[in-house]
Amino acid sequence: MSTSSGIPESWISSFCSLLGHEYFAEVSEEFIEDDFNLTGLQTQVAMYKEALEMILDVEPEDDDDDEEEEEEEDEDVSGDARDGVTGRGERRHHSRIASDLSVIESSAEMLYGLIHQRYICSRAGIQQMSEKYDLGHFGMCPRTNCNQTRTLPVGLSDIPGEDTVKLFCPSCLDVYVPPNSRFQTVDGAFFGRTFGALFLLTFPEYDLSRSAGENATNLARLPPGDDGSMLNGMHARNIAPGLGPGKIYEPRIYGFRVSEVARSGPRMKWLRDKPADMSVLDEARHLAEGHGDSDDDDESMSLQGRPIARRRAPGNARLRQQQRPARNGSPMAVESTMNGA
Amino acid sequence: MDDYVSESDSDYTSYWRDWFISSRGNEYFCEIDEEYLTDRFNLTGLNTEVQYYQYALDLVTDVFDLDCEDEMRESIEKSARHLYGLVHARYIVTTRGLAKMLEKYKKSDFGKCPRVQCHSHPLLPMGLSDVPASKPVKLWCARCEDVYNPKSSRHAAIDGAYFGTSFHNILFQVYPALIPAKSVERYVPRVYGFKVHAAAALVRWQHSKRDDMRRRLRKMEVESGFKDAEDDVEEDDDEEEDEPEEDEDAVVGLDAYEERQVAGYIEAGGGQQPGTVA
Repeated sequence: MSTSSGIPESWISSFCSLLGHEYFAEVSEEFIEDDFNLTGLQTQVAMYKEALEMILDVEPEDDDDDEEEEEEEDEDVSGDARDGVTGRGERRHHSRIASDLSVIESSAEMLYGLIHQRYICSRAGIQQMSEKYDLGHFGMCPRTNCNQTRTLPVGLSDIPGEDTVKLFCPSCLDVYVPPNSRFQTVDGAFFGRTFGALFLLTFPEYDLSRSAGENATNLARLPPGDDGSMLNGMHARNIAPGLGPGKIYEPRIYGFRVSEVARSGPRMKWLRDKPADMSVLDEARHLAEGHGDSDDDDESMSLQGRPIARRRAPGNARLRQQQRPARNGSPMAVESTMNGA
Repeated sequence: MDDYVSESDSDYTSYWRDWFISSRGNEYFCEIDEEYLTDRFNLTGLNTEVQYYQYALDLVTDVFDLDCEDEMRESIEKSARHLYGLVHARYIVTTRGLAKMLEKYKKSDFGKCPRVQCHSHPLLPMGLSDVPASKPVKLWCARCEDVYNPKSSRHAAIDGAYFGTSFHNILFQVYPALIPAKSVERYVPRVYGFKVHAAAALVRWQHSKRDDMRRRLRKMEVESGFKDAEDDVEEDDDEEEDEPEEDEDAVVGLDAYEERQVAGYIEAGGGQQPGTVA
């Protein structure tokens, strides 16, 4: 309990600097202090109030049995280096029993994780994550043909306790187990299912084809105006750059390719495949051009009258959404107007 | 060189191969039989590839007894490792070699596939080239049939030619029973539960490629090796006129058009949406 270091470290930054917590962004206090951002978490986390206080480094104002002590504590806090759990444990020793503290501590970690899941999808949070991404904090894809593309931390579930954090590679659109076992204790729900995909949609300008090494030195954005052809709402060259012809492993024995018909022949090439001509994927345009060859009538009906508009017209998308319910009362109508509002 | 023989030197390096395969970073290698190494036929052509070939071979077979300076010894040592690696590439495609590597494969000595949907399937070492010193060793997953970089930098520095481009394929030709069941399980990027259009369109295209292949194989009456019920494809056949097969774990029952709409929305609103997130 000495006043060794000048600036007291907050709970959040000490949590983020723990071993294995390298993927976490530091959630801003404003975000946590806004109750709206915490909607629903009260029921998910035990000792919610105490946990929240711990995260925000607010002294517990409970039980009015030790009001005098509280003042003492406050002073204590301001001069305290706060280096981790044990320090805090001792400090609050007189107001809480130790077992309680470890419960609160784990609740606080859970709560922080769940807030983190929401925060990294907010504007400020995703910006912060992009800075970490630039610095290569999330590692790189182990797949050889991805050429060390940097990955993004994602969860496979939004519910805590189901699975650990995984790494999403934007180059092959696949997820991998982090190489270091210390990440196998980090809950995937603390990053959530949305972040990875949302990141790519938020920062479409990233040059995903460059490797981790290059990116670190060279803040990698696509050069503006460089063959900026858009496809399905993304830069065509940013859609799975690690896949497709030439990026698929071809099994060979003494130089001869193994036939697909062989029992041990290749069966998984589709997983790493991509059309040589990406415009094949512009399904909407194909439908609009020669409509109705493979989809049912309902769909082609609603697609009429919007020929090439698919090529990025954000304004239009909204308009269309408003028109849509009138046409065929889809169950999605409610959802989309809600979102649009 | 017999002139230099001295009694004390004879057991200087006993069991060089033992030492080699048990030293750190060499976990991928198996031990080559003495008989294999001493059969000159198996070493055809290596004398031009390896410096100090004869000394290196002596060292590997534990009959090295040259008294020489440390510098010389070091380069012979280096040659010996190179020679061992090159013979290793030939040895592991022999019956005995395959059996030894198979044991190591079963123990996951080469690591496990990092791909989440492969559920830690054991890997096999492989080279992307048979020419020495051109490409480092890579790891092959028989389940997703893809190639990965070794986790450890010690392994990443090993020459891929010490394993060769054919070994892992030959292994499954010889032991077809070990071919793992293929899975259609895959990751689909989602935003708030909705698939992202660009990725979803690619996934649909990939799945149509896969179903084409499965139909092709079935016509030729070849087992496709997918563990998922065969009726998957049967159903597809019936519904060929319908939209492309939906993702197996389809959570959101959106049709293709609606997906596109949502994706379009998310794409357009990407900047604002996060701010309004609860």
